[in-house]
Amino acid sequence: MKYIDEYRNKGMVQYYAGQIKNISTKHIRLMEVCGGHTMSIQKFGLPYLLPETIELVSGPGCPVCVTSREYIDRAVAYSRRDDVIITTYGDLIRVPGSTSTLEKEKASGADIRIVYSILDAMLIAKKNRRKKVVFLGIGFETTAPSSAAGIIKAQTAALNNFLVYSAHKVMPPAMETLIDEGVNIDGYIGPGHVSTITGQGIYMNIPKKYNMGVVISGFEPVDLMQSIYMLVQQIEDNDPKVEIQYTRVVKPEGNIIAQQMLDEVFEYRDDWWRGLGILKNSGLKINKKYESYDAEKMIEVEVEPTIEPKGCICGLILKGEKKPKDCGLFGSTCTPSDPVGACMVSSEGACQAYYLYNR
Amino acid sequence: MCLSIPARVDKIIGDTATCTVGESSYDASLALISNENVKVGDYVLIHTGFAIQKLDTEEANQTLQTFEEFKALNIEMDKEEKDQNSRLI
Repeated sequence: MKYIDEYRNKGMVQYYAGQIKNISTKHIRLMEVCGGHTMSIQKFGLPYLLPETIELVSGPGCPVCVTSREYIDRAVAYSRRDDVIITTYGDLIRVPGSTSTLEKEKASGADIRIVYSILDAMLIAKKNRRKKVVFLGIGFETTAPSSAAGIIKAQTAALNNFLVYSAHKVMPPAMETLIDEGVNIDGYIGPGHVSTITGQGIYMNIPKKYNMGVVISGFEPVDLMQSIYMLVQQIEDNDPKVEIQYTRVVKPEGNIIAQQMLDEVFEYRDDWWRGLGILKNSGLKINKKYESYDAEKMIEVEVEPTIEPKGCICGLILKGEKKPKDCGLFGSTCTPSDPVGACMVSSEGACQAYYLYNR
Repeated sequence: MCLSIPARVDKIIGDTATCTVGESSYDASLALISNENVKVGDYVLIHTGFAIQKLDTEEANQTLQTFEEFKALNIEMDKEEKDQNSRLI
């Protein structure tokens, strides 16, 4: 057992496809709010296995996609300083800012390095004591604890030339805002790895306040089909609740140590999401205790005015109101090799998923 | 972004676990699951260099309890795919 192949069992996928068909009577739209789910659903062609009554839509589950151009612009401005080394996950390198990308800056000589982990960025800081090493901290609750653990470790090791530029965000405010805005959905396929950290508690408001179910799902086709089945059952029985399908990983209480580290290092702030605007308490800012590790606080730069791309409907796609194929740029002026919007750049953006698997 | 991979723990030194991921090996930090009593042979989920959870074998098996029932159907579908030279799923 390697915990992957078993969950790609064709027979089980077919079985759940049959079960879903048997019980589904109502026309429903289910939204996934995790880029990993978006990718899996398109890659394995799951929409084609579902009856016509069920439509799957993608939500704001790709952190790169919801991040503002202003964030990229500021990272670009940091990278132009001679005393700065930028370290980043590969996801961000090609994301367009207003007039540049980190990739272009790197080509023009900026010291920008791709890392897999914040721990790698800290090694770079250790070896380059005369430079300020800025780590671009992006991601939801899954990724933010590693940034917190890195910052705590940097403090213990007195690694004072290491800084984090946080764009970390939390999921629940976005999920509630979509419902408040009247986006037409009937249930959420809950993000499996966000929930690994947070546990199921963060979604409890959704059935209570909005009468809508959440099923926390794994990422393989069997997981997703089983989760869809569980959601359909909830909706048919009119019994919305929070359930965990991904029980081999997600504990109801989540990962307590990771939660404690988040609390130790970060505080909430209002943050801007592409497509949704400013959401209250949806972003994570480095708190006062650790502010000497906060790039925003410690390095002053002038940031160019933000310019949004014309014709790109990324924002509407992230809200599930439009599909990638509804965009005039999709597949013509906007492709993975020459992307206009972040949803086409990111390997888990809805546009790239559709471009690769469902064009 | 939230992509995480299940990996088998082969060696533990301090809070670093050397894990097998597919055919390669990776050193992951156990700092976020230091309360989990991870042992050699356990599977953990790795995300951006950190193990974020230990996999629960019992739960994993329960999800797959009906796995065996589908053996025959799988063989049949594999044969059909081979005959048609295209993937069914």
